[in-house]
Amino acid sequence: LGLALYAGSLCTASSAASLYHDYCIIGAGPSGLQAAYFLQQAGRDYVVFERSHAPGSFFALYPRHRKLISINKRYTGKSNGEFNLRHDWNSLLSHDRRLLFQRYSLDFFPHADAMVRYLEDFASLLKLRVRYNTAIVHVTLERDGQAWNGHYFFLTDQDRQNYKCSSLLVATGTWVPNVVNFPGSEYVEGYETVSINPEDFAGQTVLILGRGNSAFETAENILGVTNFIHMVSRSRVRLSWATHYVGDLRAINNGLLDTYQLKSLDGLLEGDLEDLAIVKDKKGKLHITLRFYLENRNTSAGIDSVTLPQDELDNFATRAPYDRVIRCLGWKFDFSIYNRSLRMMPGKGNKKKYPQIKPSYESRGTRGLFVLGTASHSVDFRKSAGGFIHGFRYTTRAVHRLLENRHHGVPWPSTVYPITQLTNSIIKRVNEASGLYQMFSVLADIILLRENATAFEYLEEYPVGVLAELEMQTGRKAPNGLFVVIMEYGRNFSGADKDVFYYNRAVGEAQHAWQSNFLHPVIYYYKHLPTEREMRLQPPDWPLPRPDAVHHIVEDFLTDWTAPNAHILPLRRFLENCLSTDLRNFFAESCFLFAFTRQKLPPFCQQGYVRMQGLVGSEGLQRHAVEAGLLEDYALTDFPGDRPPDSRKGSQDQLLRDHVIPVRPLQHLVNAKDE
Amino acid sequence: MSAQKDRWVFSFSFLLFCASSIPTRGSARLLQELSPQEYFSSLQAGRASLAYFSHNVSPGAQPFLEQIENSAEALQDYGISVVKVNCPKEDVSRYCGKENALRKAYLFRGNMLIREFPTDALFDVNSIVANVLFALLFNEVKYVETLADLQNIENALKGRSNVVFAYVPATGTAEHRAVMEAAFVYGTVHQFVLTTEATLLKDAGNDKSDVSSARLFFCHCQRATDLGQPCRRTAMGQTLTMLNIHRHLKLMGAPLVTEVAEDPEKVSTVHLQLGLPLVFILSQKETYEADRRTAEFVAWQLLGKAGVALLSRDLVDLNVLLRSNVALKTPEEGVPIKYLVLEDTDEVITLVEDKNKVEQIQEDKAEDEEDEDEKENNNQDIQDDQVVEAVSRDKKRELPLEEILVLTEETFHSALLETARTVVLFYASWEAVSLAVLRSYTEVAGHLKGTQGVLLSRVNCWDWPGLCTKENVTQFPTIKIYEKGERSVMYNGMWGTEELTSFIMLSRVSCPLKLATIDEAEGYLRGEFPSELSSYHHTSLLGVFSTATSEAREAFEEAGNILSGHVTMGMYFEDDDLALSRKYAVSPPALLLARSRGRSVEGIALSKQSTQDMVRMIRYELLDIFPEITVQNLPCYLQLRKPFLILFSDGDVGQMESKEMLKLAKGRPQPAFVACWLNLKKTPVGRGILKAYFATMPSLPVLIWVNLHAGGQVFKFPSEQSITEMNILSWLEKLKAGLEIPSSTLSDEDWKPPLPAYDFLQMMETAVPELPLHTSHRRGDTPQRHLPESPGGDTAVPEEPSQGTKAEKVGSPGRDLRGTAPRLAAREKQGKRHSEL
Repeated sequence: LGLALYAGSLCTASSAASLYHDYCIIGAGPSGLQAAYFLQQAGRDYVVFERSHAPGSFFALYPRHRKLISINKRYTGKSNGEFNLRHDWNSLLSHDRRLLFQRYSLDFFPHADAMVRYLEDFASLLKLRVRYNTAIVHVTLERDGQAWNGHYFFLTDQDRQNYKCSSLLVATGTWVPNVVNFPGSEYVEGYETVSINPEDFAGQTVLILGRGNSAFETAENILGVTNFIHMVSRSRVRLSWATHYVGDLRAINNGLLDTYQLKSLDGLLEGDLEDLAIVKDKKGKLHITLRFYLENRNTSAGIDSVTLPQDELDNFATRAPYDRVIRCLGWKFDFSIYNRSLRMMPGKGNKKKYPQIKPSYESRGTRGLFVLGTASHSVDFRKSAGGFIHGFRYTTRAVHRLLENRHHGVPWPSTVYPITQLTNSIIKRVNEASGLYQMFSVLADIILLRENATAFEYLEEYPVGVLAELEMQTGRKAPNGLFVVIMEYGRNFSGADKDVFYYNRAVGEAQHAWQSNFLHPVIYYYKHLPTEREMRLQPPDWPLPRPDAVHHIVEDFLTDWTAPNAHILPLRRFLENCLSTDLRNFFAESCFLFAFTRQKLPPFCQQGYVRMQGLVGSEGLQRHAVEAGLLEDYALTDFPGDRPPDSRKGSQDQLLRDHVIPVRPLQHLVNAKDE
Repeated sequence: MSAQKDRWVFSFSFLLFCASSIPTRGSARLLQELSPQEYFSSLQAGRASLAYFSHNVSPGAQPFLEQIENSAEALQDYGISVVKVNCPKEDVSRYCGKENALRKAYLFRGNMLIREFPTDALFDVNSIVANVLFALLFNEVKYVETLADLQNIENALKGRSNVVFAYVPATGTAEHRAVMEAAFVYGTVHQFVLTTEATLLKDAGNDKSDVSSARLFFCHCQRATDLGQPCRRTAMGQTLTMLNIHRHLKLMGAPLVTEVAEDPEKVSTVHLQLGLPLVFILSQKETYEADRRTAEFVAWQLLGKAGVALLSRDLVDLNVLLRSNVALKTPEEGVPIKYLVLEDTDEVITLVEDKNKVEQIQEDKAEDEEDEDEKENNNQDIQDDQVVEAVSRDKKRELPLEEILVLTEETFHSALLETARTVVLFYASWEAVSLAVLRSYTEVAGHLKGTQGVLLSRVNCWDWPGLCTKENVTQFPTIKIYEKGERSVMYNGMWGTEELTSFIMLSRVSCPLKLATIDEAEGYLRGEFPSELSSYHHTSLLGVFSTATSEAREAFEEAGNILSGHVTMGMYFEDDDLALSRKYAVSPPALLLARSRGRSVEGIALSKQSTQDMVRMIRYELLDIFPEITVQNLPCYLQLRKPFLILFSDGDVGQMESKEMLKLAKGRPQPAFVACWLNLKKTPVGRGILKAYFATMPSLPVLIWVNLHAGGQVFKFPSEQSITEMNILSWLEKLKAGLEIPSSTLSDEDWKPPLPAYDFLQMMETAVPELPLHTSHRRGDTPQRHLPESPGGDTAVPEEPSQGTKAEKVGSPGRDLRGTAPRLAAREKQGKRHSEL
């Protein structure tokens, strides 16, 4: 008993000694700083732990060849700041216009040092609370009924200082190099330390393990001075322009593909690295063989006794010996600091480098633990941009909004509009919103309809994976149906082995919009919020369950979806049919006529004209409307006294229907063949 | 056999004997009554007669006799006489002798017995005529039992003559008679074939037809020169009557396509004469061959329903649109020819068939067109928003924007500091309503050109979303007036040039305006002070306060803030002598309302009112008693939520009417309706209202009662009564009592979507049935790529978009007019793609 008491008192003692914050963020990289910014703006109690002396320590070292492959597009021809963020992949979100990346670099593919400077400025200009030189070495849980999530997080740093937090935001990225162990792997140099001076490779023959951007970046750097470079990896090369996935091989790094395909001695090979073995000969040359041969050989014999593949197969591809073997296999999340009680589990399959999280970015194992930034990429791995700055700056904001609602009773920000603004608000967002665009199929705008569809509430950039929990997660109610505005690529268009340049790859007709291949807006309509079960049963490759109706806005070459007939009109018809109402605009004169001839008015007249905000319209415009047959000019036409009345429908409406004579190009009746 | 013949001869002579012994009666009757002798002697070679032998009248044969008698007239038309032969009692000859023979009727041609009919085969006129003609036309009408028989006949006649093939469920029916009658007339022209075999009808490819009803087909064998080809058959759609068959054969005999080279208004064909429409295919030299094929194709489809003519545009000077390709002429007199632009032959056929249907149910023409429009649903992609369409039509005109300063995120704040008042239009350059307002705004800029202290500017929120958000602009358009370094006012009035100009002008003066001296106050009431507003005719409001009444004053000042720009409000603090109060017989706090430049000043006491109440009261007081209703001011009066009593007048309202209406409106207690008038010259859309209310334009002026907010009933003041207060009041009493019948009732229909949307969900399901919603098809997932639902693996991808179109074509071979050149219209149904830029 005494021992137990002692242990208990020790425990409380250590608790008392720890520093408390509502929010603890591990890592002052881009996502850690981004989260800190939002918490600071909201006036929350938070701290960021950074093991280095400055933010963004990863970028201080990587990429080794110092060229970022995220674009820094300074000119778009537009001044719309939100739109321009679609083509700025480096800036973090803030209110400070000085913190746009184009002020830090003029290069389209900037130098990594610029990112380091940028992150330093971001932290200092915004006065973010970062504890540098603090490496969190252990994280554990302590149950407490009073805590937000039923437990507190206890963090210990390298100096055994303890920190106690209610909510833990893990923004550590993936920084542990992936290594493979095979016989002879001791001869392999790592990407982290390999020389970046091309002179060191002059006249050498190099084997690179890996097929990602770091591997190609390394190859690119030494391509001109080596004898030849071979690259070996399990998977085929995936070109990001073919997959729409920015994590795949970018064109800027793919010089080796050129020399391989033009038979200039360099080459690509596929094979499982686990089966590989390397043996060093007396001259220091490295020979490739298979683990299989090594296992069977006599251990006491020297190098000469090792069977090489070319002994049996004399045209074996990698029979030439190499001077160097370089490993460029990417990184994984550091799972080592978490106590087992946190149940931080690696993902499955190709996501094993990331911790398991829910689509709300909360850990599957521990409530109140959120994973941000690159480490949160399991949500949209190989799909969207959640593993990259231009994507996770938005998902981090989404997490912050979830937390505001959960812990501080601040519902998800929203704006209420009259229903007449429905088409406009969608058009505005799909044309400028960057979050929707970068985090396609992951973040979506949600439109919650108010009763009788006279008004709606607009929520921006909600993670669609947790659509079923919307009411709980946002504090907003959705009893009258909702629209989900999202952006998508064509479902079968992209892929590693597809020809993305085939003829007729782009759709131009609004009525074929659902076949659009390039990124385009899609609007889902649900009469009721989908349930968890429906979310689970969603068709594969669909970001959402089957809706009650769906609309695709046809892809656009300029990504400008403001064309009145091709983009806005079909959208309006879709919205009208979902809501069963008429969303057309009317001049005041039409509303005046309706007011006297119909008991009900269309929403535009009801919410505008009747409230003394009618659209009078200039004479010129009214004349155009008359010419179009959409407005009758009663001043000109003599009233034909003998015409039968049309009391069943308002005459104006009749007029609107009658006018629609399709204008079609000249066409002769030509018949192909008889029956 | 010979024995029987002997017996016939025997009874024959007996018959002759008998016939002579019975007196003839009723010579006018078509049924001859002859003795056997008379009868047989009267028989002429080649003439047919139907005879019935009888010993007086046996009771059982009575009804049969009646039928025979009745059919006499019908048979006479075919040169067949009907005779009742009276057998003498003792006659035991061939026809009279046997009891058995007396139950039969005999058909003779000349003195040849053609056929004997048991009386039960001759149950009525139809059966008598049918059977008699059937017997007589034994060679002309072939009876067949199998399809092979029919085909043999057809084959034998190919290239020579046509076949009329009829199916009747039984002989002796009305249909059978009609067929026989037709055969009698047309038997020499066409080969008639008859069957009662239901299986034959089915074998002939009419599986679905109801075998209980008769059918008639015209087999075009004359046209079929190729022996291998079957004869085309055209079924007759109508019931089998003599008239219909006649009509059908007439139509089948008409040329398939008539070539026309004259004004279509003058053209008449057998179709039009028979009450069928005539379709013109408009052709030109370049496409003549193709058009002729089209015409023939259409003609086959429409055979029996409409005629088809090929009209050569090169030969006739047509005053119609060049793109018209089809014209429709209906048989009704005086209906003009309709010229249409149709896309495929199906549409031509639908045009005709629908027309017939509509005629049958006798719906009016307007509705018919509407139905067609709705059926097509092709109009989804046509703009039906008047504002959007008007703005896009005006797109190319350059707007005179030089008077309006463009503001950006950078220049916005500095610009606001430069002028006393900056008007800012926040808009989106892609949004139609804000572009419409921008056009009015340029007109405002024109009006206000040179006005001191007002700067007109605009911010495009599509360029500067951050600025718009910061300025709390959530919807487009928004107009705000910024006072230098101070507050801003959001414009909440009509988006019209006049209203906006007036708002900007009124906003220049503070609201309420503090008046320092009694002279200023008097000048203010006369509309002379302040001078900036002297050109604006407004009702002026003056709050009169003694210094003590601070509560009402604060509310008044608040109300001024809210109403700023819409009203001119002044306030005056009186000293002890209360000069103004005494002049207008009020005690402060009070409100003075000066209408029409101070000619009438009204005083209202101000009690302890909240700001909201004060705003409401001021708004209400500013309403006219007998206003002229305009597009702009209607909303103010709608808010009263009262019924409207409107005098529609062509021009100014007459003095007499005006006086009476004013009396009515001023009546106490305050009337529970809005008495107003509408000037059709100034508000021409008023004609649209009258058009909706009445079948014919009523004579003006017309007084209308309409309850817009409850029931929507419209009543018209009797035109024979003069518009006086008394007459109106008693009329209104009657209305209230429900003694008047409304002229019309306003529709309470909801505003539904004008047209359907593209149903992409359904398109996805039809084009790729299992793919998107039920089976997995992950990208880069090689083992799945060869699953049947993605035909052809990778190569399927480029083809997928056209699957829908392909399916359409398979469904209707030869009907797609877009199959061949020349066409520009291909973009309409096939996806247009920009891969080639």
